[in-house]
Amino acid sequence: MRIVKAVLTLFLTLWVGGAVAADKELKVGFIYVSPVGDAGWSYSHDVGRQAIEAMDGVTTSYVEAVPEGPDSERVMTNMARKDFDIIVATSFGYMDSMLKVAKQFPKTVFLHCSGFKTAENMGNFFGRMYQARYLSGMVAGAMTKSNTIGYVAAFPIPEVIRGINAFTLGVRAVNPKATVRVVWTKTWYDPATEKEAGKSLLDVGADVVAQHQDSPGPQEAAQEKGVYSIGYNSDMSTFAPKAHLTAPVWNWKVYYTKVIDEVRKGTWKAGSVWPGMAEGIVDLAPFGPMVPKEVQDKVNAEKARIIAGEQKIFVGPLKDQSGAVKLAAGAVASDEELLGMTWFVDGVIGTTK
Amino acid sequence: MSTEIVIALLAATVQSGTPILFATLGEILSEKSGVLNLGVEGVMILGALVGFVVARHSGNPLLAFVAAGLVGSAATAVHGPVCLWFQGNQVVSGLALTIFGVGLANYLGTAYIGTPAPGFSPVPLPGLSELPVLGPIFFNHDPLVYVSYLVPPLLWLFLHATRYGLGLRAAGEYPAAAVAAGLDVVAYRWLGVVGGGFFMGLGGAYLSLAYTHLWTSNLTAGRGWIAVALVIFAFWRPGRAVFGAYLFGGIMALQLRLQASGAQLPSSILLMLPYTLTVVVLVLSSWRKGSSDEPAALGVNVAPVD
Repeated sequence: MRIVKAVLTLFLTLWVGGAVAADKELKVGFIYVSPVGDAGWSYSHDVGRQAIEAMDGVTTSYVEAVPEGPDSERVMTNMARKDFDIIVATSFGYMDSMLKVAKQFPKTVFLHCSGFKTAENMGNFFGRMYQARYLSGMVAGAMTKSNTIGYVAAFPIPEVIRGINAFTLGVRAVNPKATVRVVWTKTWYDPATEKEAGKSLLDVGADVVAQHQDSPGPQEAAQEKGVYSIGYNSDMSTFAPKAHLTAPVWNWKVYYTKVIDEVRKGTWKAGSVWPGMAEGIVDLAPFGPMVPKEVQDKVNAEKARIIAGEQKIFVGPLKDQSGAVKLAAGAVASDEELLGMTWFVDGVIGTTK
Repeated sequence: MSTEIVIALLAATVQSGTPILFATLGEILSEKSGVLNLGVEGVMILGALVGFVVARHSGNPLLAFVAAGLVGSAATAVHGPVCLWFQGNQVVSGLALTIFGVGLANYLGTAYIGTPAPGFSPVPLPGLSELPVLGPIFFNHDPLVYVSYLVPPLLWLFLHATRYGLGLRAAGEYPAAAVAAGLDVVAYRWLGVVGGGFFMGLGGAYLSLAYTHLWTSNLTAGRGWIAVALVIFAFWRPGRAVFGAYLFGGIMALQLRLQASGAQLPSSILLMLPYTLTVVVLVLSSWRKGSSDEPAALGVNVAPVD
């Protein structure tokens, strides 16, 4: 009898405990640096948010266009006070504010995108976008006729430089004669300036324009001139249907759903995660109809190699613009080297300053 | 740089100078009547938003352009009572207008970010666009650029060759004398403020209807402030405003093209150019103050006469 009772108790405890765990509504708050309708960075995160909103027992809310600095600290503190279980901040400049707030609310899970600081209850995450950039570079390299490709770049920070380098390596893999010209706008979202930057590249003979900013300005410039473009963040083909070849895109859903599961099960640990194409967090948008079948096949084959871990992209020998060897033959760049990249590979025309 | 690139650069100069030109002319009109309006940035962005929204819903860019001008007038009409009826501080009221305009436009415009709308595309002017060099630089643009060519001479004619223009200038130069001469100074100042707002609204609409066909928060990106500085550079003269606006547009277009052509200059230095130029321009114009047409009663309030 005692055994039966013990088993029953155990069973009940587990059952009730399990039920309680499943019933506990997780409240997840997101903080975006720009409005979600931008078709860019914040939009891509919001698509991820909607995916977890659809999960059972998860409610989400977001605050958009929050300036970095004290404002973001106020928004995070507010969310933490309202008993949000997880707070996600998606811009680099939120890092220090989040660190401060995380210390005040040790029971809340804080997730920061694109930074490098962590705390016991604060982790950071990002994705290996350079893998998708490499593939988009292959497409650009195959489609250019003038062998000049333009790249409208945001800020000279390692993330952007790494993207330009990976893109150029992709271009050169299919077209060793092509060069990539870089124009910095020092903006993340300024359609007027970014379109003008795109036009300036077209004026010097570029016939494919890629970009790192969140606005479709450069796409418009390419469409008007009747040449090709490579988008970024999300499929930008609606803005330039005749120009848009493809785009390296984010798929944050993969990470967000995983992290929700981990937090629920109590297995989540603060740390830095940097998943890539194999996990599905970065991908390539569907090819435009102008991309020939053999190019698509070639890119898809390379994509399979990246997913399988056979293609690491930053593999020696790699030279910088001056011809100095930066990575010896056969060597693979470490994550530290990738995260701190401040030099351009051979084939890029422009400065990192 | 080859001739082709130089011509492309100059054509881009005209285009990026156009929104600043509209706004600068608007501010000149306002300041000529004696009212300083630091709300240009806020008025421009409201014009940009309304232009975009009207174009999106009506499908008629011309209607949108005019609507943007009217909204510019309506927005500056907020500035009017403060300065003209209640004798409030013009600087503070203008700053408030900028903060209000930018905030309101960003708030109301959220739903329109990333949505497409019709706008103006380049229409080469028959005959003129085939001229060598000048054709591609000046006559291969969208219709709004051609409109902007007409505004400075018309504004100059208004200010210098009409009775109303003379009255408006009198209101800005020596309001007491204007009152003694029987002019309704407050009415002339209203004309300056609201008329100026119309052009500021057009400048904003140029950004969302022609420069790009997109709306985004902070689309004006400080161009309204450049217009305020350019008024001083232009010595309050419409003709010099054209020169100033194209100088700025040219620097903006040039720095991007220098980068594109592979100049080994740090991009930070190049991007600083328009702002360095603002400082240089202000210093140079204060040296030559004698030749300036600055209205003597600029920023000085006038009590309404009952």
